[in-house]
Amino acid sequence: MREYDIVIGLEVHAQLLTSTKIFCGCSTKAGLPPNTNTCPVCMGMPGILPVLNRKVVAYGIKLGLATHCSITRRNIFARKNYFYPDLPKGYQITQYENPLGEHGFLEIEVGHSSKRIGITRIHMEEDAGKNIHDEHEPLSYVDFNRAGVPLLEIVSEPDITSTEEAVAYLKELRQVLMYLDICDGNMEEGSFRCDANISVKPAGSEQFGIRTELKNMNSFKNVQKALEFEINRHIGIVKSGGRVEQDTMLWNAAENRTYSMRSKEESHDYRYFPEPDLLPLEVDDAWIEEVRSLLPELPSARRRRFQLQYGIPEYDADVLTQSKPLADYFEKCTHLLDSPKEISNWIMTSVLRVLNEKGIDISALTVTPEMLTDMLSLIKKGTISISMAKDVFSEMAGTGRSSAEIVKSRGLEQVSDEVDLRDKVRDIIENNPAETEKYRAGKTQLLGFFVGQLMKATRGKANPKIANKIIKEMLDS
Amino acid sequence: MLETARQYRCSTLRPTELVDDLLARIRSGSLNAFITVDEAGAMRDAGKAEKALKQGSGDTLTGIPVAVKDNICTRGIKTTCASKILANFVPTYDATVVERLRNRGAIIIGKTNLDEFAMGSTTTTSTFGPAKNPWDETRTPGGSSGGSAAAVAAGLCAGALGSDTGGSIRQPASFCGITGLKPTYGSVSRFGLVAFASSLDQIGPMARTARDTAVLYDAIKGHDPSDSTSVPRGYPAIDLKSPDMNGIRIGVPDEFFAEGLSPEVALSVRRGISTFEGLGARIIPISLPYIRYGVAVYYIIATAEASSNLARYDGVRYGVRKEGSGDLTDMYMETRAQGFGAEVKRRIMLGTYALSAGYYDAYYKKASQVRVLISQEFEAAFTRCDLIAGPTAPVCAFGLDEMMDDPLSIYLLDIYTIPANLAGLPALSLPCGFSGEGMPVGMQLIAPHFREDTLLGAGMAFQDHTGFHEVRP
Repeated sequence: MREYDIVIGLEVHAQLLTSTKIFCGCSTKAGLPPNTNTCPVCMGMPGILPVLNRKVVAYGIKLGLATHCSITRRNIFARKNYFYPDLPKGYQITQYENPLGEHGFLEIEVGHSSKRIGITRIHMEEDAGKNIHDEHEPLSYVDFNRAGVPLLEIVSEPDITSTEEAVAYLKELRQVLMYLDICDGNMEEGSFRCDANISVKPAGSEQFGIRTELKNMNSFKNVQKALEFEINRHIGIVKSGGRVEQDTMLWNAAENRTYSMRSKEESHDYRYFPEPDLLPLEVDDAWIEEVRSLLPELPSARRRRFQLQYGIPEYDADVLTQSKPLADYFEKCTHLLDSPKEISNWIMTSVLRVLNEKGIDISALTVTPEMLTDMLSLIKKGTISISMAKDVFSEMAGTGRSSAEIVKSRGLEQVSDEVDLRDKVRDIIENNPAETEKYRAGKTQLLGFFVGQLMKATRGKANPKIANKIIKEMLDS
Repeated sequence: MLETARQYRCSTLRPTELVDDLLARIRSGSLNAFITVDEAGAMRDAGKAEKALKQGSGDTLTGIPVAVKDNICTRGIKTTCASKILANFVPTYDATVVERLRNRGAIIIGKTNLDEFAMGSTTTTSTFGPAKNPWDETRTPGGSSGGSAAAVAAGLCAGALGSDTGGSIRQPASFCGITGLKPTYGSVSRFGLVAFASSLDQIGPMARTARDTAVLYDAIKGHDPSDSTSVPRGYPAIDLKSPDMNGIRIGVPDEFFAEGLSPEVALSVRRGISTFEGLGARIIPISLPYIRYGVAVYYIIATAEASSNLARYDGVRYGVRKEGSGDLTDMYMETRAQGFGAEVKRRIMLGTYALSAGYYDAYYKKASQVRVLISQEFEAAFTRCDLIAGPTAPVCAFGLDEMMDDPLSIYLLDIYTIPANLAGLPALSLPCGFSGEGMPVGMQLIAPHFREDTLLGAGMAFQDHTGFHEVRP
């Protein structure tokens, strides 16, 4: 039994894939020269006003429905007031009292059992700019390209009780966002950011411990490590009779430890109040139903369906549904050729290997589902062996030529003509009397020797199945 | 304005001639009505207008010189809000209203003085010094659109734009003997109006007559997709013919003639109401008990919104920056300490307090609830009448040396004008008489939402039968 219960709640900020910002027409494109994707609106110039990008709302509804949230009909935007150079207006437009989605959940799988993690709220807000500090000058710069990029903030209930669950929740949420095509899920570049609230309490205790907030974890690995560090820190303090101080901690990946942000983050009073520049946003049933009708099948449902419909193992279903395009690729193949397990094997090995090697997306793979299944048909017909097929696949991936072309040009067709093969086997038996005698005397392991000889004679093109059959027949007769 | 347009058409006056004359008078005058005069731009546009008029392609506003309050953004022309913190700010965009005026051929002659960030009722908190009342330069023109009112009254422009958050168009119109309209909230785009209190601010026209005011209103009103609070609906042109006041019901609230109202003002306004009665209107006594909370509600909501709206003046991106010791917090504090005047700081502090954790429910939330009650009270009243009449301000323009030290008594100058802002209603101030010292008195009319036609119609009818608007300082 564990001595302490761990309580974790996660707060995710997902940057949305809209083409324009949330309150102005500026592009959301990242990586451009500083302050080029800006206008008077996102720069917070005097006299400017925000106009809501309705696509942001549609994306929010999408995620809300996908996570079983109730969708708020009358949405009020609010101002969160604080001073920071990257915050152009001196306030962030966000939602406070009436978030777009509430009371949802996400189902995660940890060690073969599934668990529901509650989602407290999903709300829309604008991102801030970025401060850039120059080490060599006593100056800081501000880049406002990111200011006004739309975000969804997704707050979980404190239902998470281990680091594994935390990572599983984040992976699942990220996958859902990517399936919905509303966020690119890039943690390194910050389009999927996560903060955690952590506390520990004696096992079984009703009373929550004092929590700290953990920031600056930009990969799943860092999330795992940071949470582990912070949990151990809490347990250490509690065990030695101390008191955890409520604080905001920053993960330092280089030093593998957390640091307190206390000096910077005094207790803020954000003075939230309803944003007077935006009217309440009404979301009606028609809008919700329209979004619902466009919802794709979600990863968890697809995983279950893959196992049921195609009879593939849970592991395969997991791997294949990692991304929507990959799962789509698999399904396209199964429509062309009814051999789901073979297809799954090929995707999990050869296809994923090529994607990894080339660092590309499935959409950029030259081997189309048609090409892959054509090649699998050649195996089925016995035209090529599985080992030959691996070469053929590599060449398809490299050149984009079809398997038929490759087989033909390289003379890879298997020799399945029994008459031809029998002639060759007869020669082999005649030329190897000693081995033949030993075999016939009972040393049947020598079968491999004869198969090898036949392969040599056919330069590897003998159909192994037929070759085996013929050699056996002729040696035994 | 309509008279100028007529003269243009008869070729008895040319835009360049008029603008040249106005510029000379502005230069030699001592009203301090303008913060910035765009001499070159005005002459250039006058030339263009003259060409258009010659070719017969002009419209009513072609070549009409208009002054714009200096909290309304003008592309390429400094927009200071009469504040040190924006003393060097030049917008890269025109406010929607300015763009609409320009598109109609109007000439933006300059930017008028105001109370800093429109926070005041006297145009004395301007960092560029107080504006003066053309009727008596020792007196205030009112505020915060005091520069616009003074410029119109002194004939330094044909009309002007002001902004009205709690009476800032109507009160100076009343103090300067001109006509001023605060339109329905949402009928005139706020895009480009430097925000003071977003849910109360409204840009509106100021001119000598109700007809000129209507012409300006027609030019600037209408839905603007850049302002989410602008209302998409039809905005028919105001009929400039004198309407029939027969059977129009005018409600007169007891509360508008209560303690604190100058007897001279009360008398002129009562006479004005009698004039309407003489024109066939029915006078109905009404009561609006909740409006007694108007000033209190206003100073919570307006200051709360202001505390947030003015947060962007942080010295980071534009405006004046004071470095301080080099530390970020120090830069913020120095910039804002030196950039804002005392009244602006007072309101930022009041608003910050009203929104603070633990006080929000008692102040901001409660005020918002009372605001709804005031709106409902007006709605109920308008089932019994078509217009509500009363004084615009409790007093006439007072001396700049009689300035009250106590901000509360200044705040009470807005007691009659604030309710229309809280309820988003259109309201008009009309000259209706003079005090014993010869200072103009204003009468306020309030109409239901989007009934500017009734409001301006009544103004036209009144002016067709009275001469107060024709008396010049």
